[in-house]
Amino acid sequence: MSEAAALLALVATLAAAVARPRLAPDWAVAAACAVLLVVFGVLSVEDARSAAGDLAPTLAFLAALLLLADGCRAAGLFEALGAAIATGARGRPRRLLAMVFAAAAGTTAVLSLDATVLLLTPVVFATAARLRISARPHVYACSHLANSASLLLPVSNLTNLLAFERSGLSFTRFAALMALPWLTALAVEWIVLARAFRSDLEAPASKRAVRAAAVPVPRFALGVVVATLAGFALSSLVGLAPVWVAAAGALALAVHERRGPAALMRAAEPPFLVFVLGLAIVVRAAGDHGLQSAVDALVPHGGGLLALLAVAALAAVVANLVNNLPATLIVLPVAAASGPVPVLAMLIGVNVGPNLTYVGSLATLLWRRVLHAHDESTDLGEFLKLGAMTVPPALAACTLALWLASRVV
Amino acid sequence: MRAVVWITERSWEACVDEAAAYVPADAEVTLLVMPSAETEEVVAGGRAGLFGRRPPPEPAPGLRAISEEAAQGLLDDARERLGREARTVVRRGRAEREVVAECEGADLLVMARDGERRLGPPSLGRHGRFVVDHAPCRVLLVWSVAPPGVETIPPPPRHPPGEEPLRPPHEAGPPPPPTP
Repeated sequence: MSEAAALLALVATLAAAVARPRLAPDWAVAAACAVLLVVFGVLSVEDARSAAGDLAPTLAFLAALLLLADGCRAAGLFEALGAAIATGARGRPRRLLAMVFAAAAGTTAVLSLDATVLLLTPVVFATAARLRISARPHVYACSHLANSASLLLPVSNLTNLLAFERSGLSFTRFAALMALPWLTALAVEWIVLARAFRSDLEAPASKRAVRAAAVPVPRFALGVVVATLAGFALSSLVGLAPVWVAAAGALALAVHERRGPAALMRAAEPPFLVFVLGLAIVVRAAGDHGLQSAVDALVPHGGGLLALLAVAALAAVVANLVNNLPATLIVLPVAAASGPVPVLAMLIGVNVGPNLTYVGSLATLLWRRVLHAHDESTDLGEFLKLGAMTVPPALAACTLALWLASRVV
Repeated sequence: MRAVVWITERSWEACVDEAAAYVPADAEVTLLVMPSAETEEVVAGGRAGLFGRRPPPEPAPGLRAISEEAAQGLLDDARERLGREARTVVRRGRAEREVVAECEGADLLVMARDGERRLGPPSLGRHGRFVVDHAPCRVLLVWSVAPPGVETIPPPPRHPPGEEPLRPPHEAGPPPPPTP
């Protein structure tokens, strides 16, 4: 009975997050499910409290990172980035793609996947349009790199943050182990995308490329981002939790930009934090009632190359079915039992895997198709084909790179 | 005579130049641009795919407005380069179907190869192939970049089908001596 209740709560929470019903927002469904599971004794109060307690530092870190990214947006960092990309491209499509790769890889690694999707991608779209260059290769690159370039740092993806707290790795060791897989992912993406779009990229240089209007570079915001990054690296040397560095960076930007409490509150997205907390408790309940042992039976243990490949593949499958956030919460406890390297292999799966679709998971894709069935039809076969061409080789190559790095670093 | 000139970011200069050279002066010219709906969907879908997040409202102007402004800019440039009166049309939806629909009642379609820069079938992309196969009018197919030379065409197979049918290896005799 408890098993069924816990699974039902998980399904309801995931369904709410995918379908986003107006009357029952995902955060409310997640919170209600978590509370009901405790009220009906499916999860003990102690277990719920320990799950919440485990997650609290991660949520604080997440809130600080959301504030940091939003501060950069408010300071105009992304408009400046768009202008720099436009100038650097010199009207040439292939140069533009290289600039977009650099911008998307950097933004994703430092300010997270969400920043690339929400803040950089629209800027790239507008930049390509302004340069009269087909936006397709560049937008696809942003969409892919938001996922596959999110391997590098604990702050690059919420999945990384969750795994980072659990793995026991220091910030710098995480980055050192993931540097090679990150570069490998970038290389695979470049090879596949530059080849797939070669005809678009061969287009003659756009002579009428409108000269980008001079956009002032927000030096302070850029300085804060660089200082925060340096702070992350130093924090592990002096034994300071990196959440404080992120908080200091967010605070500096908020003060400099003179942002009001309402804007800061909105930027920290309390409903999102509630959703993550509720989902974590629901997954914990489902895990305690059979889900974890089921996953445990599927995941091979140990740090050998084959075991790592299997963990990455399984994590990619789960991430594609439901989305990478629940996938991480489901697979993480099992992977963590085998040590930090399998946790990182799991991250390769949940971060790179979602590139099979452009919306995070098949569940979301199907739902979007249902919603937009009557709109003008768009042909997204090309994106799905590119996903199929990049994800399997990237998963294999990145996991191999991780395995090599774990022998050396 | 009515001529439709289908232009893209990549091909507009070549298409307009060919149209200026070959379309009769008294013809009615329509310049057609198809903004990529799939690109807009990838941008929008990425936002929707962020689990549990409440993305800030789309930056103004919206994606659709941006791509339509770009399309209009492209049409303005094309009309200026063409140097004569032309109707301008922006259509949305599946590019290949919409282009064919626009060609209904037209006498000529000017379009560029949308595939690879090599002689052969891959020089037409999926959309270009469909339009060439389905256009209800004459088609003037141009290169947006200088085409490669005919020497890039690979030599024909040594034994064309019909002259010496292929047989499975176990039935085939000894291989022919190599030609010097």
